[in-house]
Amino acid sequence: MRNRTISSVSMVVFLVVLAVAVTNSPGWPAVQKSFFDPTAFRESFPDIWDAFWLNVRMFLVAEPLILVLGLLIALARGLRAPMWAPLRVLAAVWTDVFRGVPTLLLILLFGFGIPALRIKGLTNEPVVWGTVALVVSYSAYVAEVYRAGIDSVHPGQRAAARSLGLSDGQTSRFVVLPQAVRNVVPPLLNDFISLQKDTALVSVLGPIEALRAAQIYASDTFNYTSYVVAAVLFISLTIPMARYTDWLLARQRRRKAAGGSW
Amino acid sequence: MLRPARSVSAFASLASVLLLAACATESTPSSAGSSPTSADACAASTLRLVTPGTLTIGTDKPAYPPYFVDDTPTNGKGFESAVAYAVASRMGFTKDQVKWTVVPFDSSYAPGEKKFDFDINQISITDKRKAAVDFSTPYFTVPQAVLTLNTSKFANATSIADLKDAKLGAQVGTTSLAFINNTIAPTQQAQVFNDTAGAKSSLSNGTLDAIVVDLPTAFYISAAEIDGSKVVGQFAVDPSADTWGLLFGKGSTLVGCANQALAQLASSGDLAKITAQWLSTDVKVPVLQ
Repeated sequence: MRNRTISSVSMVVFLVVLAVAVTNSPGWPAVQKSFFDPTAFRESFPDIWDAFWLNVRMFLVAEPLILVLGLLIALARGLRAPMWAPLRVLAAVWTDVFRGVPTLLLILLFGFGIPALRIKGLTNEPVVWGTVALVVSYSAYVAEVYRAGIDSVHPGQRAAARSLGLSDGQTSRFVVLPQAVRNVVPPLLNDFISLQKDTALVSVLGPIEALRAAQIYASDTFNYTSYVVAAVLFISLTIPMARYTDWLLARQRRRKAAGGSW
Repeated sequence: MLRPARSVSAFASLASVLLLAACATESTPSSAGSSPTSADACAASTLRLVTPGTLTIGTDKPAYPPYFVDDTPTNGKGFESAVAYAVASRMGFTKDQVKWTVVPFDSSYAPGEKKFDFDINQISITDKRKAAVDFSTPYFTVPQAVLTLNTSKFANATSIADLKDAKLGAQVGTTSLAFINNTIAPTQQAQVFNDTAGAKSSLSNGTLDAIVVDLPTAFYISAAEIDGSKVVGQFAVDPSADTWGLLFGKGSTLVGCANQALAQLASSGDLAKITAQWLSTDVKVPVLQ
């Protein structure tokens, strides 16, 4: 109880000092007017809210694709048999290249480059190619996360499964992967929080998503408050996810501490 | 090219007309503010500048033709570079006393100390923006125009209504974008780009049917940048959105002096000469209604 009182008081003191320091700075009225103007907030909200739906859709489509593609790449990298060498190399090259290239460049390359090829039957919809670029980029990250998870499973598990007569495939499917995936859920969620925000990058191709809608308002009125609106919307999406990640991590820690199996 | 306005009150129009008149005759103070306008008050040595003795002028990078040439504002080539040097010269600065600094459009209206004395970047004067910055009197009035590929089904559009079903694109925050949304009101949402480069890519790779840009830019793109493109038409000038001004920090004491310089350039015919030298606006292009 006493600890809680101390922490509350220290929190309040900290916030008050911060607020006083900021609001008493000479430039505060100007900053308040350009970043925290209630009228601008109300005015810009509807357009940004509508545009935010595009971010959500891109994210919802990209996320499952990334999970599947990333897993396939991680599995391909783990193939031991010599005949799979091409797949193994391809997977390694995929992660090296697409993790190394800035996401923005991938989006520009896919979004402006592929339609320019003018291949019949292929869509030239920028949102589609922007989302594809996000999937490609994030699949490389996520594959590495999966791989770390697979490596974190003790080799004894694999040996034990094999000694029980399970095939290589069965060992992966029933013994290694379930443990590996559970270990990496928190870092995966972390990547997805990052993905939610990176959907804004697709705006370079032309579609109007939340950040672009905010920029349109800002450059129309010379007032940055609309960016704060966009930030609030992104945060309202990422905070629940961050808390969920924290909760998962805490649960994992508890179980490990208890020494129980999972 | 840049920056829309949805509305302008009759009062403000009237005020800017009076302002222009006042500057042109150089007889009365030009604005309600404390901006000095007499010749003495505007002597280069008495001006309050970001860097004393130097006129610091901002523009974005890359600086696009025909407003700048070779992305080099210091060469005096291109419409806005020429205007900037002409204004500087009228304000009493030699070419050596002018320094250019890169000011991305999005940062030109940030609160706080400016790192430029004025910014010249095809920025439209609008009432809403005047809440955040000060503008000079206009140095250019520019119509919007629509650009498409010769092979497009919209290449022969003769009216605004003909463009309704087109996939249109424009640069973010431009008068062009506001024009698309407010006047054409297309059935498909317009695509919006960071700069004209993105819009040009999307036009030439077929993602867009047409783009809307200011008329001189449209001419420049069709003549020099995208083969097989044409300016379909221009639109009537909207005086509340299509005039460009020099941008100053709010409360800058330089506005009056810059206005005086612009008025002198206008009355001497120099401004018209610079415009004619760098911008092709007199080519016959149908006005779409």
